[in-house]
Amino acid sequence: MAATYTPLATTTLGANAASVTFSSISGSYTDLVLIAQGQGTVENYAYMTFNSDTGSNYSNTILTGTGTSAVSTRNSNVTKIYLTPYYGTFYTDFSNITICNILNYSNSTTYKTSLIRAGRASTGGGTEASVGLWRSTSAITRIDITASTGNFVTGSTFTLYGIKAA
Amino acid sequence: MLIIPGIIASSYPRVLNSYESIATVTVGAGGSSTITFSSIVGTYKHLQVRYIARNTTATDSFIIRFNSDSGSNYARHKLSGDGSSASAAAASTATYMASADYPAGTSTFGGGVIDVLDYANTNKYKTMRVLAGYDANGSGIIDFRSNLWQSTSAITRIDITSNSNSFAQYSSFALYGVKG
Repeated sequence: MAATYTPLATTTLGANAASVTFSSISGSYTDLVLIAQGQGTVENYAYMTFNSDTGSNYSNTILTGTGTSAVSTRNSNVTKIYLTPYYGTFYTDFSNITICNILNYSNSTTYKTSLIRAGRASTGGGTEASVGLWRSTSAITRIDITASTGNFVTGSTFTLYGIKAA
Repeated sequence: MLIIPGIIASSYPRVLNSYESIATVTVGAGGSSTITFSSIVGTYKHLQVRYIARNTTATDSFIIRFNSDSGSNYARHKLSGDGSSASAAAASTATYMASADYPAGTSTFGGGVIDVLDYANTNKYKTMRVLAGYDANGSGIIDFRSNLWQSTSAITRIDITSNSNSFAQYSSFALYGVKG
């Protein structure tokens, strides 16, 4: 059988940047997996949008463990999906890690669901899981990952994989 | 593939045959109440199921079993967030395992990534780990789950059943093998 978990592209920032874009994404896979590890110039969170859509077409349901309690929150009719809603923030010590599964991204029939795991183990950190929705049936061809404030710093890494089902 | 900005942006050489697609089931217009992966070979270290699912009628839950075992040989734990509160629950001597609830509706599908660890080992009970949920812009759930099948048999069959009604058209379940 053919290998099907394929690295598509990666970037390691050589300079501070407010956003990272994966564009011209091939539709020949079934799922995408985005893995990010980074640091902010200030403590910030990361969010993503698809196909340059900045409308209020996104929503999130989030489960967070703070180290002392578990909480759940929701964002509806928002303009982005929160990759690192709270305690998975890009802190100033590279302790953030985010893994985002974008399921059946290339079909033109369903809204697009993403499953996200993020966390930060350093002081003040926590762990979280979330599910995101983009209310569009368009195939995803572009992902923009943006810092809420400030920049992602030099050395932050962002890698996109494609998984192809038989 | 274009990456902006990317000081170091590179294409990888492919690493062959470490993660392989075994089978995929996509539900047709008539719906389907059960998805079955059978005759699963034992040549991998782990299995992974990746899915999107929508119910024909109402928000529903899953029933997942291995090797057609419907006895009280399962246990499960979950940690859930519904957008307003976090909760945890467990069941022992259960007759099935589960993933997160999944929705009905026109275009919104739940999703999940299920890992079945060391599935072919005949010396261990089998653990299934789940990250799954759905968001329907105002409702939804996100789950972590651990499920246990108290059997040392190698897993050769997985049945994923909708607890009520059926999986709707375009629901899709893909089984992958991960080599050790």
